[in-house]
Amino acid sequence: MSAHTAGHVAEPEVNDDGYAPVGNSSDVGHGKPKRPQERRSPTTGAVRRSWFERLRRDKTLLLFALPALTLIIAFHYIPLLGNVIAFKDYQPYLGIADSPWVGLQNFEILFAGDPAFLNAIKNTLVLTFIQTVLVFPMPIMLALLLNSLLSERLKRLAQSILYLPHFLSWVIVVAVFQQTLGGSGLLNNFLRSNGLPTFDVIGNTDFFVALLTSQVIWKDTGWATILFLAVLSQIDSSLYEAAAVDGAGRWGQLWHITLPGLRGIIILLLILRLGDSLSVGFEQIILQQAAAGIDASEVLDTYVYNNGVVGGNWGLSAAVGLVKGVIGVVLVLGANKLAHVFGEQGVYQK
Amino acid sequence: MTRTIVNGVAPPSVASRLLKGIVLTIACGLVILPFVGVFSTSISSSEAVTKAGGFLLLPSGVNFDAYASILSGGVVSRALVVSVVVTAVGTILSLFVTTLIGYALSRPGTFAHKPILLTVLFSLLFTPGLIPVYLMVKEVGLLDSYAALIVPSMVSAFNIIVVRAFFGGIPAELIESAKIDGASEWQIFTRISLPLSKAVLAVIGLFYAVGYWNSFFNALLYLNDSAKWPLQMILRSYVLQNNQLAAADLGAVSEALPPQESLQMAILVISIVPILLVYPFLQKHFAKGVLTGAVKG
Repeated sequence: MSAHTAGHVAEPEVNDDGYAPVGNSSDVGHGKPKRPQERRSPTTGAVRRSWFERLRRDKTLLLFALPALTLIIAFHYIPLLGNVIAFKDYQPYLGIADSPWVGLQNFEILFAGDPAFLNAIKNTLVLTFIQTVLVFPMPIMLALLLNSLLSERLKRLAQSILYLPHFLSWVIVVAVFQQTLGGSGLLNNFLRSNGLPTFDVIGNTDFFVALLTSQVIWKDTGWATILFLAVLSQIDSSLYEAAAVDGAGRWGQLWHITLPGLRGIIILLLILRLGDSLSVGFEQIILQQAAAGIDASEVLDTYVYNNGVVGGNWGLSAAVGLVKGVIGVVLVLGANKLAHVFGEQGVYQK
Repeated sequence: MTRTIVNGVAPPSVASRLLKGIVLTIACGLVILPFVGVFSTSISSSEAVTKAGGFLLLPSGVNFDAYASILSGGVVSRALVVSVVVTAVGTILSLFVTTLIGYALSRPGTFAHKPILLTVLFSLLFTPGLIPVYLMVKEVGLLDSYAALIVPSMVSAFNIIVVRAFFGGIPAELIESAKIDGASEWQIFTRISLPLSKAVLAVIGLFYAVGYWNSFFNALLYLNDSAKWPLQMILRSYVLQNNQLAAADLGAVSEALPPQESLQMAILVISIVPILLVYPFLQKHFAKGVLTGAVKG
């Protein structure tokens, strides 16, 4: 039953957003229609029924939607409300409702400048910067390369191989890297057997950022080309021919036709990336934290995990998580607004 | 088609084709070689592994003792069973609830259609954060149960949108005529909508299955009892954290265990093989699946 109460929390947003509800609220407003059969919708001409009739008619469909809806409400919307513990001194034995309110005390750490917290922010921002500047363009370049292949069969073979790492878990990826680059891994065995100095990348704090970045590139560059390739395949080939007639060479076509064609999808993905900019590879980092040390590897997500689930500072870590979530939403909405200002479509329209 | 003029420009020069070939070969090699090494080490003899100092690119003294050791009972076999069962049960449940709500949402004009749809859509924008979800799972008593590996991640809003878009493409006349013939919603769902959507069901089912198989964090978060660990947690413990597998941990077939390196790589291989098996099917369909979601979602 609590699922239903929470369900209504989302509904006012719905109506405030200017989406005309299909029928329920307007029907309620009309009171008891005398001859419901004759009320027709102005747009579709379909017969309008009272909400109660529609509820009875659609009860099976509502039943169909119920299991998934319950799960989404239980593990998504109720936890969203559960963020109130950011304003409480949460005690596991008291539960959420009975724990005492503490106002903004949990947020003080955000302003007090706790060194561990500042370090987590610094590491997060460094990784986000690198992943946006260095990692983001890689699939675009790879997609352009794949797209320029004339042999369809070769292209498909390369795609099959390059997409594969995306489907492996982070545990497997980290294990594979350890076996390849670690102290007794492929690289060092080769160096050792040739009498060269060895070079342990895995245990070295200085290389941690480089290691994380190369793992992300290895795992997801191939898969990320899929959207760019789909957009590239929809660019009208007559545009290229027209450009060639006007004297454009291969590079001219790339600059004046291909890249402008990719503009929309690049902006869309950058907006989504921006919203995620405070989340950097949580699973990936938590798996390697022991090897790299807390100083080099703590990011916001691991800070929340280590302080909350491991350390028991529930209120504090929920506060950090809440601020992070709010900043994420603000960034997406802001970037989307910016995209509209520049005449792009963005994630959603107005 | 090839070797002719494409888009009004002459085909690329030999030099540029060669350069592309080299770049692609290196990229593909970087993906494939680590796997070859993992597999080779898992089937090599202990002398060869010791001599190489750990990891081998090419197998030497081929034998399958490492697989016999980990699959003959003990912690790894148990984790394998847990992973297989969680993946199978989870995928079936996920597909069931996702297609049901996808079907309901593909019929516009029904009661509360818009609020339900927006509840699903908004969940994509607002993520609740780790701590409250953990407390919720704790609150409903799922901690340390296998259900914790399935229930919290059972539905994906993104997949609901994909399924809904696909069901929405089924002609309304077909559904109307079935209704006139007296079919119930359940009959329309099972006899018309599902059979017409086999392709999209395959894609979504495979994505769910890969997700369950690969999931490690749910187990780390919700399971304190290591006897319930799935394969990914075993992988983390014995391969990443380098805990040693003793004969007592395995259904030891002989006194002398194969080298730890081989055992570790054998665990890695059995966690990769299922992905490799479904990969061709995934690949056949995924471009379609991803695109429907991206374009219509």
